[in-house]
Amino acid sequence: MTERYDAIVVGAGHNGLVCSALLAKAGKRVLVLEAKDQVGGAAITRSFADGYSVSACAHLLYQLQPKVVKDLGLKVDYAAKNMETIALSPDGRHVRLSGNRVDGVGDSDADSYKGFYKRMTRFADLLMPYMNQAPARLANFSTGDLVKLGKFGLDIRMLGKTEMREFVRLIGINIFDELLERFENPLLKGALSIDAVLGTHLGPRSPNTILTYLYRLCGSHGSVSSPTGGMSSVTEALAHCARDNGATIRTGTPVKRIVIENGRAAGVETDSGETFSSWLVVSNADPKSTIMSLVSPRNVETGFTRRVHNIRMRGNAAKLHLALDGLPTMEGLDKKDFGQRMVIAPDENYVERAFNPAKYGEFSPQPVLEVTFPSFRDASLAPTGKHVLSAIVQYAPYQLKGGWTDAARDEFTKIALNKLAEYAPDLPERVTATELLTPVDIEKEFHITGGHWHHGELTLDQFLFIRPVGGAAQYAMPLDGLYLCGAGSHPGGGVSGAAGRNAARVILSREKAA
Amino acid sequence: MSIQEVQQDRIKSPFYPRQAELDKLNQWHEWKGYSSADAFYDSELEYFAIRNSTAVFDLTPMTKYRITGPDALDYLDRLVTRDMRKIKPGRVAYAVWCDDEGQVIDDGTIFHLKEGEYRLCSQERHMEWFIAATIGFDVTISLETADIAGLAVQGPTSFSVLNALGLDGLENLNFFGLMHFDFEGSELMVSRTGYTGDLGYELWIGASKAEALWDALFEAGRLYGIKAIGTIALEQARIEAAYLAAYADFLPCQETVRTGRSRSPFELGLGWLVDFKKPNFNGRRALAEEKRRGSTWRLVKLDIEGNKPANHSYIFAKKYGRYRQVGFVTSAAWSPICKQNLALGTVRMPHGAVGDTLWVEIYYQREMHWSRMMASAEVVDKPFWDPERRRVTPPGVY
Repeated sequence: MTERYDAIVVGAGHNGLVCSALLAKAGKRVLVLEAKDQVGGAAITRSFADGYSVSACAHLLYQLQPKVVKDLGLKVDYAAKNMETIALSPDGRHVRLSGNRVDGVGDSDADSYKGFYKRMTRFADLLMPYMNQAPARLANFSTGDLVKLGKFGLDIRMLGKTEMREFVRLIGINIFDELLERFENPLLKGALSIDAVLGTHLGPRSPNTILTYLYRLCGSHGSVSSPTGGMSSVTEALAHCARDNGATIRTGTPVKRIVIENGRAAGVETDSGETFSSWLVVSNADPKSTIMSLVSPRNVETGFTRRVHNIRMRGNAAKLHLALDGLPTMEGLDKKDFGQRMVIAPDENYVERAFNPAKYGEFSPQPVLEVTFPSFRDASLAPTGKHVLSAIVQYAPYQLKGGWTDAARDEFTKIALNKLAEYAPDLPERVTATELLTPVDIEKEFHITGGHWHHGELTLDQFLFIRPVGGAAQYAMPLDGLYLCGAGSHPGGGVSGAAGRNAARVILSREKAA
Repeated sequence: MSIQEVQQDRIKSPFYPRQAELDKLNQWHEWKGYSSADAFYDSELEYFAIRNSTAVFDLTPMTKYRITGPDALDYLDRLVTRDMRKIKPGRVAYAVWCDDEGQVIDDGTIFHLKEGEYRLCSQERHMEWFIAATIGFDVTISLETADIAGLAVQGPTSFSVLNALGLDGLENLNFFGLMHFDFEGSELMVSRTGYTGDLGYELWIGASKAEALWDALFEAGRLYGIKAIGTIALEQARIEAAYLAAYADFLPCQETVRTGRSRSPFELGLGWLVDFKKPNFNGRRALAEEKRRGSTWRLVKLDIEGNKPANHSYIFAKKYGRYRQVGFVTSAAWSPICKQNLALGTVRMPHGAVGDTLWVEIYYQREMHWSRMMASAEVVDKPFWDPERRRVTPPGVY
């Protein structure tokens, strides 16, 4: 006789934990099964060299949804809040962005940025409520769906004639054109470009990169923070919250398959052969792994299988971790600046050029980087006096021509180090240990198909009503008792908790209706 | 663009040289790229060959897929609505397949050739859908339309003809069964299937042996009234047998643009092919929902008064002396053998229950002038033509 639960959540990523905590809070007997030995999924802190720890995948917090924090009474301890973004220049004439303020650029750019920031945050505020609810169903309209859609239309109309037109004009276009129209300073344009394309298989000239930029602003208007102890502190807090509400979390328990009985989810079987029963299985895994390997296409229908099969989710970002025996010297930076977020993207064309080779399965010879020194404000991450560098390096396509061999990984690491050395000449000699996670490594370590941290490209064809795919955008899969709660479902990736919260709310409200 | 650039030659079936010798009318049409004869000498006489002796129809243009691999059975079982586990080697299944919305893509026959090896035949082409359905299955789909020549040999004397051809043991072949024979060193597959509603067989052989088979068959059938037939005669017979035709009685759902123009198996009278005991198949969820909620349409077999075929007619229901339009005729024919005026049609539920009287508005032309009449039409249950000889084993020797 296998143990029976009200709900089984596959994967203890941040969304899985949010969902579990909310289900447990509603009185459900919840079991969470996590393959890794620690909770958190792609939002974890782990050691990468003796004495050095780092947030291994996601490394900055900017999208955690206030509604999630409020619903769960979550308390996060921050090492740094409202971090500045420093767009690095080799000559030390950096550009600094913080809120609606930008320093190091001409007056007209500074003014223009204020207007840009105001408009973008206003649009993000418009979108945000819709991130925090299940998307309306476009087919067989119910009153609720019509109200939701009507409200969305009304919200857009209420922006006023000018802003409404701007919203409609901008929502599908690329950020490159908009930046070119507004700004002079190349560093500013580079820094904004990078915000629009981080973690995607898109360049600033790709369509709908305004949308990805807006998506980033949904939560805290793009204000970046770093939790004390790295990302694990957020997910550990979520896990505590779930446990406090009565959920059972088992780590080191990979799920082999979701058990399907008579055409409905009935439980899970682990790698070790243990089975757990539940009429409600919620998968925090990405939609492809969920359907293609955990459920198996033979338990779902052909049209749906094909749509899931075709989800675009090939990661294009690598993660670089360096152990340093001291902070490097960087022209034009004070010591305190090491606590900020730095980006290497000299101009908008540089970012687009970095993307070009990725289209053809090659990594960027001149990559863009988002760099942080998390140990600067959080001494727990490195031995005294030593430091950790954590960087996202783009572009590193999942499907690299010739594959991600050790030689390819070494070469890309060298490229990233050389790029860093252009800004911090003494950095290479301070490196005592290196780790580079390619999308293939990310796929392997975090069980994300394609190593794509959004669990599916965040583009208009995989957004809102059609995320992850048409006919399954309301978290319920076309298989009774099976739900998705991860980044592959609406609204998407980033440590936001929105998908997990929405999924839990859908599950609970459906149950109430039944 | 020159004519050379746009023209595509009609494909000639391997039986074409033989058919051309018999052809008096030069009346051909296109069927999936092939030339297919409307009739060879007289469509009515050809029709009577089906019902009174033996008719031979060239099936080669029928789209044929070979389905092999360890998961072939699981694959088909999810693809079609009926339970394929019940179809043992040596058996043939009539089946429909649906999309996720439970709407019919097409119907066809699936031949379980050998353990785990199948052939699927349909009027239309479906490679794209069949390939999509392979995701997650270890199965190979290959198109063998051109490799396999097919002949329908149908009519009361068809068994006698094939017996004379020397197919020993054919008398044991049950309805919807298949057997393999040797024909001049090649494998000849014979199935007791057809599209005429009569005693009949379908012969399948490698294309290179097609002419030899034709010659042997016509030689064996000389004394049994064997005749080559075209599509007009076949169409007449299939309406009598109440078989559905794609693009007439239903539209493959992937070809429809407007909502409500496709049909579910229930709406085509094929509910008997839907097996909800299977935990999963394409369209299951939607069909279960339709079963709960009720269907929108119903396919009806109509026995109409008079002798004027009701082609393209509206179907009406009469209530309190007023006619209300409830559907339309999709196929119609005067049946010489039944002496009945027949039609297949589609009507809105709840109209068209067996025994209901409906009305069709028939337009006909006499010496240039058009007339119309309201004819009463009774909804019948069984196919119009379904003789016992069709199923009996061993088959009768006529």
